[in-house]
Amino acid sequence: MSTPAQEDAAGPEAPPPKPPLKRPMTRKRRRLYLVLAGMVLLGGSAALVLSALRDNLVFFYSPSEILDREIEPGRRLRLGGLVVEESVERNAGNGSVVFRITDLSNEVPVTFSGLLPDLFREGQGVVAEGELDRNGVFQASNVLAKHDENYMPPEVADALKKSGQWQGQGEAGP
Amino acid sequence: MHRFANPNRFLRIAAVVLPWSAALTVALLGLGLYLALLVSPADYQQGESVRIMYIHVPAAWMALFIYSCLAAASAVALIWKHPLADLAAKASAPIGACFTFIALATGSIWGKPMWGDWWVWDARLTSVLILFFFYMGHMALTSAFEDASRGERAASILALVGMVNIPVVKWSVDWWNTLHQPASIVRMDGPAIHASMLAPLLVMAAAFTAYYVTVLILRLRGEILARKIGSLRLTRIQDRQEESGPHMREV
Repeated sequence: MSTPAQEDAAGPEAPPPKPPLKRPMTRKRRRLYLVLAGMVLLGGSAALVLSALRDNLVFFYSPSEILDREIEPGRRLRLGGLVVEESVERNAGNGSVVFRITDLSNEVPVTFSGLLPDLFREGQGVVAEGELDRNGVFQASNVLAKHDENYMPPEVADALKKSGQWQGQGEAGP
Repeated sequence: MHRFANPNRFLRIAAVVLPWSAALTVALLGLGLYLALLVSPADYQQGESVRIMYIHVPAAWMALFIYSCLAAASAVALIWKHPLADLAAKASAPIGACFTFIALATGSIWGKPMWGDWWVWDARLTSVLILFFFYMGHMALTSAFEDASRGERAASILALVGMVNIPVVKWSVDWWNTLHQPASIVRMDGPAIHASMLAPLLVMAAAFTAYYVTVLILRLRGEILARKIGSLRLTRIQDRQEESGPHMREV
């Protein structure tokens, strides 16, 4: 008889102090934790997906990557890099252009017939869309110019070149 | 934050801030456009067409900044249920969508002469397009339900989901090789842009921010008043029903 009575006495006394302290916070706290947990899970899964698709998310391949992978002729892809200095030859007969794209370790020859963008220059970054032929020459159907993140007036570019501090790519344009 | 969540206090503060932010917008926009179009030099590579940068870059910054504000307001609305947070998210979405559209459109116009194409599916351009779709989805979802509060709740969850896209937009140019060039301003070794071109860019960014504050206040004020009118109408209808109730019974 004494044990149930003791429990009864302890029952009402023990629980009350806990809920009133926690209850007012619980809902907002729970929603806060729910939102935070959701964001963490979402961010984690997005990071996993993006790293899994890493190869498909690149816009272009460098000459070294193309030579490493031994891509079969005829597969469409994009090749990006710098136009090798003094490699551009314009064929007046059929209006085609031949040049080489480098990533400073490997080079791939490219032929293209069509309009080149204004920023296409030797030493300048370009992205060529097309396919490799059997001779390892990249037949471009489109050439896009890629410019770097440096912006400056022409006088500053000239001064930098004169003083030997030039770090950007390419020659100063007209 | 809690103190500003009171709509009436917000309306009082807004009345003080609004003329200043409006004046600041006009002044900064005038100064920025003057610097950008007349004072700043042409670029050594891109020539005069570099001037579109002074619209394109600040608009893209605003697209990211406003989405972050939208997501923060949505989180506050979901967790603490402040009445003003839902309205702030709702009021921000169209402004952010406009800036995203401006960034996409000017980028396209800039891309044609410089890159040689209007649009390419590289990681930066695609993620900004997705950002634009998140804005559109948020606007559509907010007004998709008969019950406004349900729409706001669904839209704030969408806003938080879309927050995943923000770091992707920002660092896409560093994580993957893209046609879009890497960041010029926010980078470890200082801006890669000459001071004479950085100044108009920052003034334009400040002008766009002041514009956002001004339009946000205007839109929020409209939303608060619309909600007040809504509740007034509701009480009027209830009053009329109470008045007409006994009258109807007499007839």
